[in-house]
Order: sequence, then structure tokens, then C-alpha cells
Amino acid sequence: MLSVLIFLPLLVCCVLLVLPRGLPDRRCVQVWIATAAVELALVAYLWAAFDPGGGIQAEERVRWIPGAGVGYHVGVDGLSLPLVALTCLVFLAAAVYSLRETRRVRAYVCLFLFLQTVSVGLFVALDLILFFVFFDLSIVGMFFVIAGWGHGERARAAALTFFLYTFVGSLALLLGFIGLFLAATPHTFDIVDLTRENPLAGRGTYAGLVLLAIGVGLAVKTPTVPFHTWLPPAHSEAPAAGSAVLAGILLKMGAYGFVRIAMPLLPGSWRRYALVVVVVGAVSVVYGALVALAQTDLKRMVAYTSVNHMGYIVLAVGAAGTLAGSDAQARSLAVTGAVVQMVSHGLITGALFLLTGVLYARGRTYAIDAYAGVAAHAPRFAALTFAAAFASLGIPGFSGFIAEFQIFTGSLGQQTVATAVALTGILLTAALFLRALRSMLLGAPRLPEAASAGGFADLARHEAWSAGPLMAVALAIGVAPRWLLDVVEPAGRAVVGLVAR
Amino acid sequence: MNQDVAALLPEVSLAAAAVLGLLAGSWLPRRRQWLVAVLAAAACAVGLAATGIAMARGTEQGVFAEVFAVDTATGAGRLTVLGALLLVIGLSVETVRGHPRESEYWVLLLLTGAGTLALVGANDLLMLFAAYLLSSLPAYALAGFAKDPRGTEAALKYYLLGALLGTAMLAGTALLYGGGRGTLYRELREALPGAPFAVVALGLVGVLAGLLFKAGGVPAHFWVPDVAQGAPAPVAAYVTTLPKVGALVAGYRLLHQALPGSDVDWPLLLAVLAAATMTLGNLAAFFQTDVRRLLAYSAVSQVGYLLMALAVATRSDLAQRGLLFYLAAYAATNLGAFAVVTELPRARTLEGYRGLAGRHPGLAAVLVVCLLGLVGTPPTGVFLGKLEIFSAAVDGGYTWLAVLAVANTVASLFYYLRWLGQVFARTGPAPAGTQAALGRWAAGTAYTAAAVSLALGLAAGAVLPFATGPLLP
Repeated sequence: MLSVLIFLPLLVCCVLLVLPRGLPDRRCVQVWIATAAVELALVAYLWAAFDPGGGIQAEERVRWIPGAGVGYHVGVDGLSLPLVALTCLVFLAAAVYSLRETRRVRAYVCLFLFLQTVSVGLFVALDLILFFVFFDLSIVGMFFVIAGWGHGERARAAALTFFLYTFVGSLALLLGFIGLFLAATPHTFDIVDLTRENPLAGRGTYAGLVLLAIGVGLAVKTPTVPFHTWLPPAHSEAPAAGSAVLAGILLKMGAYGFVRIAMPLLPGSWRRYALVVVVVGAVSVVYGALVALAQTDLKRMVAYTSVNHMGYIVLAVGAAGTLAGSDAQARSLAVTGAVVQMVSHGLITGALFLLTGVLYARGRTYAIDAYAGVAAHAPRFAALTFAAAFASLGIPGFSGFIAEFQIFTGSLGQQTVATAVALTGILLTAALFLRALRSMLLGAPRLPEAASAGGFADLARHEAWSAGPLMAVALAIGVAPRWLLDVVEPAGRAVVGLVAR
Repeated sequence: MNQDVAALLPEVSLAAAAVLGLLAGSWLPRRRQWLVAVLAAAACAVGLAATGIAMARGTEQGVFAEVFAVDTATGAGRLTVLGALLLVIGLSVETVRGHPRESEYWVLLLLTGAGTLALVGANDLLMLFAAYLLSSLPAYALAGFAKDPRGTEAALKYYLLGALLGTAMLAGTALLYGGGRGTLYRELREALPGAPFAVVALGLVGVLAGLLFKAGGVPAHFWVPDVAQGAPAPVAAYVTTLPKVGALVAGYRLLHQALPGSDVDWPLLLAVLAAATMTLGNLAAFFQTDVRRLLAYSAVSQVGYLLMALAVATRSDLAQRGLLFYLAAYAATNLGAFAVVTELPRARTLEGYRGLAGRHPGLAAVLVVCLLGLVGTPPTGVFLGKLEIFSAAVDGGYTWLAVLAVANTVASLFYYLRWLGQVFARTGPAPAGTQAALGRWAAGTAYTAAAVSLALGLAAGAVLPFATGPLLP
């Protein structure tokens, strides 16, 4: 079942590659949409059959390279299932959005199908090397998306920066994995076995170094300050669907790594260095928001709010490692909040990037001051953008509020100062979104030259049906979050229990 | 004394095919000289089959007074060398077809291949030196095969450096023989701990000099870029791949079998050599514009990673497996990249590859697999090789070396991506003439090599056991 979920897009990708050249572009995208829809249906089935209290489910374990301690081990639990579902949803949205893509469509579709396999595979991987394989391939896939379909020559430079930067991270991660592998007896890369064995318990400096390597690797991908500098250029040069996938899914890989690998496998060092994690998280929150405030380019601004939003996650997982001054309930609230924030950020920022793509398609620029009064031309676009921006700044009723509320409640007791500092991030994001919305959507209509001839057309159907459903799910989580929290909470408690041992 | 010639069937079949090919080539008309190529391929196939049978039966033995070991390392090395030789034959077809000296080319290739096989199994210092000569001398001739100024210069440089370091190797052999009262590794292992420190140290450095020359490691790497650039492309593919396999397996065996108890701190020496090789190779590759020079320096840096396994030869159980697997994966991946270079003989610079993806998507895909493979991107074979070798280095107490290797891997990404960037550039593609394809054989070899490179990673579970097993004592 899970293997089908992982490899179906790759299979479709291979079929598309061997089909004759005459295949119409639109048909390729339709195949992609159909595949993404099937994937979503499979996840829905998986979710329906999922028993929240049952630990890891739908497990598959096959010997792959037994000599090297590497196995093909996949499974879902309350941490990974929401992210797998998010992946399928965001890819479906990206597919629908790309219906009008005209540039080398087949290669484009194949790359995204490949990326979907990689993303789903990463979230269900229960073997460190399998995780690493997907982690690295996600970099390769996204490199080609940015370099091939980005905005011109600058995109190539941005793609190169992205590749080099995240590749450094992935290799640091690999070193950490090797450290874990060598410490275990018998040597193994299996996450479940390593979690049970806790091989680095009481190994002081060695364990600290392993955590440093893994932490840096994941922090680059998340990204947190000071490893975030690859993110804004990558986003501003990537095509809209690529940005949505990059922000919605690929960033989660780093954050997910903290709860899946760093916390359960290195509980002792995690507790010892939790304060460092908390500080990095709080700094990311404030710094990301402040730099976003200074942007004049809408897409870069949204990219920096990602740094801000991912900072909350890092803050929460750090707080979950601080035992003093907290009870298990608060810590598990923080972890649950972190996972919900991953989902929420994926939905909302994915939608925001798609909407930014709509803006660029009309006006050929992301500059905030090039637009004014867009709401008069395009009421539906404006409404959806308002909703996404408000959701992003954490207004109650959307998923962001649920996530951030849990994060702050869960972290305040043990990390009061850092949490208080991080709270200012909410104010800053509110300010920057309101400022951007006011100047772009309201006021006397003014459009950049590229758009003024044809006016600013409102959302086309494929645009509305890509960003719209993402926001609808964010709203559903915000209004009635139990169906998600029921799945995440037991897993959050389990992680907290593992960290505290 | 075991004199079982059948145990040496792979070596014998290559040598016999060389002799037969030389005779046949003297009488065959020029348009029929391709028969010698068929003979060469058949010899490789026989060798592969014999190796497979020997490995399946698990007959480990030392033959001819133990000077030649037939064990796991020999078996894995033979598979790699013979498989790679088949690929080299495949990618040479168009380049030498109809050449006045076509049969000579195949004969030289077979002889140097046989020498490489002898290096892999050498269990004795004199055997090692004889294998060194047998694998080197035909390679000098191959480097100058085209008889053009560049090729001649390359061959001369290759020869002079080889002669110099060969002498050093012979002197080192003499010193070790003097210190250990024997040339067999087994005898040396017992006698060398009691020998004077300076004699062992100097002797080891001398022997290593020859092996480093073969492998293309710093400081004996100066010939690599010149030969890769000046020699015909298939020869460049050969010299950057196969001699490495022979030299590094030979070096591993020497260090592991003859010097485990010596008080010379050779692990540190090897670690420093590894660090210097990977770093200098990478730095030099950074701004190369000629693809063959770029690949040559990349080959140098790869030797650095491989030398890590030698540094921890006796300190980690993972070293041997990592080395043998990495060599196999590297051979397939490097030959894949060189096969593309051979297939596009007029595209000599990175600029010449501009827009290749539009014109030859298949070759572009091969380059993606092979260049990212050389970086160590999963799921190619080199990734697993790197994983094993890095693990071995950490396990053997050389974490700093593993960290340096990781840093170098990142640096190497830069120049491989520069190349790939040109391949996938959409504006201003290189003129069509620059990217004229040579023929089916080189292209087919490129596809095969890329597929093997991927398969080695995906099916590593089935391959890795072939590299796991003790060396013959």
C-alpha cells in the first residue's frame, strides 16, 4: 500500500517519458492531475484506516542492503500521516495550477511526479539511508525545477545556490547518520531499531557532535537562521508551482527530521542542547519577520515569512526538550503544535505562493509598489489573497491559529523569555501582511505596464481550484481541528516520552 | 607448491587473447581487424565467467608459491576490471575502427588489462612490481596511440613519470626486502616489525610512490590531466579508471597484509595523502573548461576518497568492502561520463555541451546520472561506496578525514553542476556540428555504464556480499 503510494508517481513519470513525442501538452498535465488525485484518494483511504493509538502502521520492511545495515522500511504514524496527506494535497494543487503551463510541459510534469515520489517517500521512510536518499533526490529534483522553469539566467544562479547550500546540509546529515550507525550494535540505519536501542545514551561529546551534524543538516533544509540565505533567491526565481512545493513540502522535510530523527534517536543530547534549539527558533521567528518587513518584493516577503513560521516549529521542538518547569502535557502540546504548524504552513504558504504566481502571470513583476487597487479588477483574487494572508498571520478560524496557539501554550511554561520574544513575531507578520495587502489590493487602481494593456483578469478556474482548496482545508482545520489533532496528539505524546527517557 | 593455472584463468585468457590478437592482426585485412576486438571481448567474458565460478565455489588459494592470491578482493577486483574493460572496448569501437593499427590497440588494451588484474592479486613485492610494469608499459603506448603532438607529449610525460616512480618503487621493494628478508607479504608481516624503522618507512614510501602513480594520487598525479586531454578519448577513459582499481586493491593488500604490525604510522601517511589528493584534485578541477581535464581532476579527487579506505585498512572492518564496492561503482560511473565524451568528440569544452539536453536527451540523462553519481548522490552506486568509506573512516578514528571528504564532496558539486548547467542551458546552444554524435557503440556504452552505475546502488544488497570476506592470510 505505502509502496504504491510512493512509487505510483514515479511509474507514471517513466510511462510519460517513453510515450511518443506527439503527446499534447495538456494531456500530460491531465495525466499528472489524475495521478495526484489517485494519490490523494489513497491517502484518504490510509487516513480512514488509520488507528491513532496504534503507533506505526501500514508498515513494510524489506531487506535492501543488509550488509550495510540498510533496509527498505516504511510506515506511517501520527507524525508522518498528516504530512503525507499534505504532500498529496499540495501536489494536486500544483498540478491543477499548472494546467496552462506551456514551456516543455512533459519534462515539467515528469519532474513534479518525481518530486512527489521523493516527498512521500521521505515522510514515510523509517530507515536513515532511505530518508537520506529521498532527502538528496528532493534537492536534485527541485534544482532542475528552479533552473529549468525559473525566471531566466538568475534562476540558474539561484538554483546553484540552493543545490550547494542544501547539499552541504544533507552531507552533514549523512555524517550524523554514520555516527548513529556506528554506535549501534549491530550496526544499523533502521530508525525504529535505533529509537528502541538509543545507542548514544550517555555518550557525552560524541552524541553532541552527532546531534550537531544532524541538527545543522536539518536546519539548512528547514531553514533556520543563520542557514536560511538560500531560501529567498530560490523562491523568488522558482516558478509558482515549484515555490508552492518547495515551501509547502520540502521545507517540512527539515522540520519533520527533528521530530522523526533528532528527538527520538538522540534524546539525551536533545535535552542537553534544547536551549540552543529554542534560541535558534526564537531568533528565526523574529529575524524572519523583521527581514520580511523590509522586503519590497512580494515573493521574497512570503519567503521570509516562511523563515518566521518555521521558527515557531523549531521553538516548539526545542521547548519539548526542556524538562525543567514543564509537565509532559505541555511538552506534548508543543510537539503537536509543531506538527500542526507544518501542515498549516504547507497549506497556507502553498496557497500564497500560487497566488503570487497569479500576480506575476498578470503583471510580470513581484514588486509590491507596482500594484495598487487590484481588488477592483479582481475581487476573487483579492478575497483569496486576503484570506491566505490573514491565515498566515495567525488569525483565529484558520489552521495557523490552532498551531501557533498550541506552540505558545506548550512552550511558555519552560521557555518563558524565548516564547515571549517569539510572540512579537506575530505582531510583525500582521504588520507586514496588512501593509502589503493595503498597498496592493486597496486604493486607486494602478497596474504595472505589462498588465495595464489587458487589465488584471480575475482568477481563472484552474487558479481558483488550486489555491482555493488549500485554503478550504486550512479553514477546516481552523474551525474543527479534532480530526487532525486526534491523529497527531498520540504521536506527539510518544515523541515527548521518548525524549524524556 | 600450488601451480594451478586454472586459478589464473582470467589473467591467462587476457594474455592469450593478446598474443592471438597480435598474430591474427598481422594477417587480417584492415577491414576485418574488428575480429580482434571480438576476441578481446570474448577473453573478458571468459575471465568474468571464470571469476564468477571461482567466487561461487569459494576456492580461496595462493598460487605459485603464494605470490598471487585468489580471494575475495581478487574476485571483486577481477569483476570490476573485466567489466570495465568490456565497457572500454565498447566505447573504443568507433574511435579505432579502420585505423591502420587497430589490432595493436586491442592487443595493448588486453596486455595492460592483464597487468591490472595481476596488480589486483599480487601478494608479493616482486609480483607487484612485475604487475606494475605489465600494466604501465602498454598504457604509455596507448596514450600516444594517435601519434599527434598532444598525444605524444602526453605519452612522454606519462612514461617519464612512470619510469621515475617505477624506479622508486623498485628501490622501495629492495629496502623492504632487505628489512624483511623476504618479498612475500606473509613473510614481511612477521619480519617487518623487527626491522629498522627508517628502512621500512623509506621502503614503504618507495612502493607507495609507484602505486600512487598508477592510481593518479597526489603527489604523483601530474600526468593525469595531460594524458586525459592528449590521448584518444577511450584511452583517457581507460587510464583514469582501470589502473586505479589495480593500484588501490594492491595498496590495500600490501598495507593490510604486510604492514599491520609495523610501527611506521602509515595510516596517518595515507590519511594525509588522501586529504591532499581529494583537496588538490577538487581545487584544480574548479575552473577547468576542457571537459577531459575536468574529468581528469575529478578522477584525482576520487582517488582521495578511495585512499581513505587504505588509511583505515587495519582499523575498520568496513574498509575493504567500501573500497571494493566504491571501485566498482566508480569505474562504471566514470566510464559512463567518458563514454559521453567519446560519443561527442568535437565538444571538447564545457561550452560545447551547451544545450545538449535538447539535441541528445539520452546522453544528457547519462551525464546527469554519472556526474551526480560522481558527487555521490543517491541512489547511484558511488553514494553507497562513499557511505561505506566515510563510515570506515569514522570507525577507524579518522573523523576529521571524513569531515574533509564531505567538504570536498560539496566543493566537487560546483564543477559538476557547471557542466550540467551548460547541458541544460536553454539559450544559445552550441552549433550542431560541435555535438555531432560518433556512433552507436559509444552511445550504447554510455547507456550501459549509467544503468550499471544506478543498478549498483539499487541492487547493492546483492552486490555487497561479493566484496565481503577475508583476505588470504
